[in-house]
Amino acid sequence: MVIRPRPFSIKRMPGFSLLALACFFALYMPLAPLVVYSFNAGNNIALWEGLSLRWYVAAWENDLVQSAAIRSVVVATIASVIATVLATMAALGTTRTRPYRGQTSIYAMVNQPLMVPEIVTAVALLILFALIKESTGYHGYAYLVIAHTAFCIPFAYLPIRARLEGMDHVLETAAADLYATPWRTFTKVTLPLLLPGILAGAMLAFVISLDDVVITEFVKSAGQDTLPTYMLGQLRRNITPEINAISTVLLGVSVIMVTVIFFLSRKKT
Amino acid sequence: MSSQPTGDRQGFESLEAKAYQREVRRNLLLSTPALIVLFCAASGPLLIMLVFSFLTAGDYGGIKWQFSTEAWFQVAFYKDIFDETVTIADAHLSIFWRSVKLSFLTTLVAFLLGFPTAYFIATRPVETRNIWLFLVTIPFWTNLLIRTFAILEIIRNQGLVNTVLIGLGVIDQPLDMLFTDIAILLGMTYVYIPLMILPIYASMERLDFRLVEAAYDLYASRWRVLMRVILPLVKPGVIAGSILVFIPSLGAYVTPRVLGGGKHLMIGNLIELQFGQGRNWPLGAALSLTLLVIVMVALMVYVRSVQKEGAGHGH
Repeated sequence: MVIRPRPFSIKRMPGFSLLALACFFALYMPLAPLVVYSFNAGNNIALWEGLSLRWYVAAWENDLVQSAAIRSVVVATIASVIATVLATMAALGTTRTRPYRGQTSIYAMVNQPLMVPEIVTAVALLILFALIKESTGYHGYAYLVIAHTAFCIPFAYLPIRARLEGMDHVLETAAADLYATPWRTFTKVTLPLLLPGILAGAMLAFVISLDDVVITEFVKSAGQDTLPTYMLGQLRRNITPEINAISTVLLGVSVIMVTVIFFLSRKKT
Repeated sequence: MSSQPTGDRQGFESLEAKAYQREVRRNLLLSTPALIVLFCAASGPLLIMLVFSFLTAGDYGGIKWQFSTEAWFQVAFYKDIFDETVTIADAHLSIFWRSVKLSFLTTLVAFLLGFPTAYFIATRPVETRNIWLFLVTIPFWTNLLIRTFAILEIIRNQGLVNTVLIGLGVIDQPLDMLFTDIAILLGMTYVYIPLMILPIYASMERLDFRLVEAAYDLYASRWRVLMRVILPLVKPGVIAGSILVFIPSLGAYVTPRVLGGGKHLMIGNLIELQFGQGRNWPLGAALSLTLLVIVMVALMVYVRSVQKEGAGHGH
């Protein structure tokens, strides 16, 4: 074998590629046992006893899991739809406009949930909602929905704003020149152009809401567990592969959503 | 715009001003609904929490409407209920210290691993770069609880790490990693490292490798090029990544709860305790605001350093 000296490359840093590959390995390796043991036939998350779907069936037939899953999806759907509509409006009101007073404050307020630690928001909401619950006696889902909507807004806002910033006024001006009303211009020109951004924002908001643990844990009333808070509760008890099965399903949902978002935001004009 | 041809300039200017006013009104109107929701469920509650931190704790949780600075006092001091002697609240301070220490170490480890990874991605050919980037993004958008649970599973006594180490003959007895500070550090690094890689990559992508080449032409060693050319040029990304990892680590709640096993608390868990077993809501509120202030200070330092950076390079 002939050992050729490697040509000098200015981009090469010794050891960096190795560290990087180790990092990628470390990012995915811990997820492997999680997925594998969800198919375990035994009762244990450490002892492999053969391939089976029994824990998926068990999770599916568990009423607590089923209702938590439905609750998760319903809350995430409502919250992400409202958040996306509000975020779209706010993005239209803060982008492609001449600068005005208060614009930066609006921007700061929209992004506030990203800056305040989740536990702080969670506790603050607990206090506020405890006051409201005490004085009105209402213990319904509105608390969860409004809390989720609020922290979903910045996640919906950012991709929509990014999309808007990349659009110029030419087509809208052309529509206006052709006697389109402002509303018609908006629905026929602006909205279709903005749609990929809106879809990406909505899906991001949905994933964020679906995955939330901390705020839900503090805001929920009794019997309002979502899938993540149900799992958090189970982790304190005896862990069975059922948790792995639920995790694997949630993992799959996230991966699919992120893949779609990735392709949506890649097709730039 | 439906402008009548006006000869005088003033008429035109007032039309302009009116159009601007209309635009501003439209913008505010469009933003209002989002701001209302955010005020109700994000900024408003913080104000109520501030009020609560100055009230008296109720006997069974909740509060009594009675002004008191007791809670703020309790953040750092402890008063003995029998002889009224005041001492520093060791328990609280040690938890604060652990939080700061672990967050700092998390940031450091994430940087040491994340920087080479970002560099690796940035030096791939353009076509494959997006794929590597995508591989970093996926874990980032995966449920934090699930990723923490994944770490829990592999570091347990019968977990993958111990099984492999024993199988290789490195150790005889399983390492007790679970429910230690190391476990929390490992978990937080795992969970937050994408937040380090992505901003560093964003800076690295714009790095002009001709500067690197120039340094080599001037006989700089690799180490010197790294320290004196590359690192200063991607500093904004490094600072952004550090702040993005440090802040959520400091406020972490799920990871220390799952991997710390209730013994190794961080600020987030200490706050929760006040609303659960502790039954001291004003103290919980005061602790939350303390955490918020620390985070805001860290953010301010970040904004300052970015501004300074911008001024220093003249753009």
